[in-house]
Amino acid sequence: MKARYLAPLGIFVLLVVLLWAGLYLNPREVPSPLIDKPAPEFTLPLLHDAGKQIARKDLLGQVTLLNVWASWCDACREEHPLLVELARSGQVPIYGLNYKDAREDALRWLNGLGNPYVASAFDEQGKVGIDYGVYGVPETYVIDREGVIRYKVIGPLTEDSLKNTVLPLIRKLQG
Amino acid sequence: MKSVLAVCLLLCAFSLWAAAPVPQDEKLEARYRALTSELRCLVCQNESIADSHADLAKDLRNQVRAMLEQGKTDQEIMNYLTARYGDFVRFRPPLKPATVALWFGPFVLMALGGGLLVAYMARRRMRVSNAPLSAGEREKLAALLHGAGDEGKG
Repeated sequence: MKARYLAPLGIFVLLVVLLWAGLYLNPREVPSPLIDKPAPEFTLPLLHDAGKQIARKDLLGQVTLLNVWASWCDACREEHPLLVELARSGQVPIYGLNYKDAREDALRWLNGLGNPYVASAFDEQGKVGIDYGVYGVPETYVIDREGVIRYKVIGPLTEDSLKNTVLPLIRKLQG
Repeated sequence: MKSVLAVCLLLCAFSLWAAAPVPQDEKLEARYRALTSELRCLVCQNESIADSHADLAKDLRNQVRAMLEQGKTDQEIMNYLTARYGDFVRFRPPLKPATVALWFGPFVLMALGGGLLVAYMARRRMRVSNAPLSAGEREKLAALLHGAGDEGKG
């Protein structure tokens, strides 16, 4: 007899818990199938020198951050000071993937805001972006020594995510 | 009479159209339309890449078209995209252990609900069985009916 009254209450509590948890899920963060897979191959011209190329193999042998950015992307501007600061600290080399941008705009952007990148690859058509499953710039990949993608941040890095997730992972991979 | 003729001509026209061999382009076009409407745009997530105006959707449409023109099969194109964007890119995710609940959950819940309903109805039917009324009950019933009738009159 008691169960008859407790059952609806139980279902209600279950629903509240599920919906409550759902409030904190971000549907824009689509889990990438590339995590723990080798970073896709690419060969692209350098942003700063169209005559030179950068390829996946240039990233190997060290733990790197690959930051997808564009001068037209507002959120990139938001995270940029963090990247500049991180680059200055020398904890990890940051490579840029300049995504669907105009070379001039991108260079002007870096000149104005500072350039945290060891090098930026120039992906004008966004083809490499597709290979990396980019859908919301900025995105940041943590790539280990062997060239395996270990983590992906969708959207701008924050001080919090950097300090509590990304940097600890990088230290672990470097260790 | 005229309208009948018109309809006949129209039907003839349709049959001609149906009989004509479908050119390669049209077949590709149909596959292109089918594929792009099966693929979710990751930027505006409730639109297909066929409908979306997002830049990425345009790029992916071009990619699908290019792959079709290269003679890739639908499956190859789907695999290409899910390798990059995950199953989320498909509006109809494939059946695998992680998606079993998604595919069959609603049916299980429906069966469960239906079962509960049937059980409830059966129990209810048992309670309102055809046992004849006792003398006391019959008296009560008569009083109720009679009383109600009086009130109606008054």
